[in-house]
Amino acid sequence: MNKGNHPSVETRRPDRAALIIAVVLALIAGLIFWDVSRLTGLAGYSQIGPTTVPYAIACCLIGLAIWTAIEGWRGDFAEREHQEFGPVFWIVGGLAAQMLLLNTLGFSIATGILFAMTARGFGRRELWLTIPVGIAFSFFVWLIFAKLLQLSLPSGPLEHLFF
Amino acid sequence: MATFDFLLQGLLVAAQPTNLLYALIGVTLGTAVGVLPGIGPALTVALLLPVTYRLDPGGSLIMFAGIYYGGMYGGSTTSILLNTPGESSSIVTALEGNKMARAGRGGPALATAAIGSFVAGLIATLALAFIAPYIVKLALVFGPREYFALMVLAFVTVSSAFGDSTLRGLTSLFVGLTLACIGIDQLTGQARLSFGVPDLLDGIEVTTLAVAMFAIGETLYIAAQGDRGPDKVEAVKGSVWMNAADWARSWKPWLRGTVIGFPIGAMPAGGAEIGTFLSYAAEKRLTKHPEEFGNGAIEGVAGPEAANNASAAGTLVPLLTLGLPTTATAAIMLAGFQQYGLQPGPLLFATNPQLVWGLIASLLIANFMLLVLNLPLIGLWVKLLTIPKPWLYAGILLFATLGTIGANPSVFELGMLLAFGLLGYVMRVFGYPIAPVVVGLILGPLAEQQLRRALSISQGDFTVLFTSPIAAVLLVIAALALIVPLILRARGRGQVLAQLAASED
Repeated sequence: MNKGNHPSVETRRPDRAALIIAVVLALIAGLIFWDVSRLTGLAGYSQIGPTTVPYAIACCLIGLAIWTAIEGWRGDFAEREHQEFGPVFWIVGGLAAQMLLLNTLGFSIATGILFAMTARGFGRRELWLTIPVGIAFSFFVWLIFAKLLQLSLPSGPLEHLFF
Repeated sequence: MATFDFLLQGLLVAAQPTNLLYALIGVTLGTAVGVLPGIGPALTVALLLPVTYRLDPGGSLIMFAGIYYGGMYGGSTTSILLNTPGESSSIVTALEGNKMARAGRGGPALATAAIGSFVAGLIATLALAFIAPYIVKLALVFGPREYFALMVLAFVTVSSAFGDSTLRGLTSLFVGLTLACIGIDQLTGQARLSFGVPDLLDGIEVTTLAVAMFAIGETLYIAAQGDRGPDKVEAVKGSVWMNAADWARSWKPWLRGTVIGFPIGAMPAGGAEIGTFLSYAAEKRLTKHPEEFGNGAIEGVAGPEAANNASAAGTLVPLLTLGLPTTATAAIMLAGFQQYGLQPGPLLFATNPQLVWGLIASLLIANFMLLVLNLPLIGLWVKLLTIPKPWLYAGILLFATLGTIGANPSVFELGMLLAFGLLGYVMRVFGYPIAPVVVGLILGPLAEQQLRRALSISQGDFTVLFTSPIAAVLLVIAALALIVPLILRARGRGQVLAQLAASED
């Protein structure tokens, strides 16, 4: 999951991206070694304990990192299509906004903002229109899931206005 | 005839009015979501999981069965009318189906897909019911080492046997296995890879990972492609009914597709795509109208669609009898079982036969409902296809986050959703398959448990894994499934395997 934090590794030069992936895989392996080494040896009489499988996985990850590095070095790593990052930032921003606003503003408003920013990412620029539409739609969904199906969805000022 | 009795009992369970209602809601929602472009059955099942949170296990699994079959059917509608298949297993359907729709024969194409799916679903579900008890008996002699070998085989076939790169398939698998280590170790209670974060002690939720990678990752990827202009939806002109010639040309492909699809789904061979490709190849060879192939041959829709549905039912054989998911969809269904503390496998047939047989019987009922519902409602499904992209993906993300919020409304869980969504996006950009991550996450802990049990019994002697004949054979097959594709790719024959890639299912 560390890899997810580096969407910017995307470059035109295939070698470098593959090498970065190889380094990330090796780092994850290192992280496993470091974390698991702290576990006390509860291996028992069979020498098989909670550390066995993580160590095996870490070793395989190092092997895969080397393999990836070799493919990257030779330049026969996967080709990829051109990516536009503007829409990606809008959608990631929408998800982040929902995450941070959810518990203060409630489900409908937070999710309405996510809705509008996603639509913006796909080319709907009229935020003055999409935000109200998103909030209304999210409120409708909140009604169905929170009231009818009794799912616990956080409520905020808008939900308290009605219930 | 014990199977028959069980099946009848199951039908009685499934035919209770509330359960019928659940099945109806399931197929309707499943089809509606499955029709949406870009949503395959795996994501359909993951997105609709929250709908079932508050139901009892029986009702919830029955609704699930409906969602699964409905999602499969919806995907074929999309690929016939839109030519952007929402699921990799209906790529082949799009080949001929979309050509038929362009030639104004969209109605018969949809009809043969629907009826073929019904025929295949019916036969394959009955086959599932009759085969399952035998596999359950076989599974009872399996010890930890046989289970471990079986899981290794599933890991290999899901990750590296198909697709265009062994390296990337295996990397995806090991990312999943790494994520699976997070949380409290089941046998000793020690926290692993949780770095003192209490939210991580329970491990990573399979549904969070699946929704993030399939829904958010896919949305980001589509958005990053920029505006490519609207997709053209083919209008359904003329009658949706098939004429006599269509029937005559369809029924054999339906049966052949079923015979090809079911065994492939039932073996831990990963994915419904392989069956559809084989069926397409078979129909192309056997047809009396070879000139029509590539221009809209009805056999090319009937066979693969039947194979697709038959393997969907076949996938349930290892899932229900061994607890072994071989596709991302099956992995999410396993997560659905686990939320009620149910572990599919031979024991479930013994301890909860009502539930298992009720589920199998409701697959039959869902199949009938789909046949009755789908052709009359085709106009509605076509309308769903024309939802503009901004609204469609905004809605998908709304429901994607809804599931996570409903399960655990914490900032941390949503943060994980976002992080895994970005991971899914990056993996998609670099051509890493997604399904192995999901299967690795859910199967990893089970495989580790069996391995450690086997090695505890043998007091740490690793050779014990190879000394049981069943385990040895399974491991040899797994090794072949890993090595043979590597050699094929090295010799430049990789395209065939790349076509069989299990990217979404």
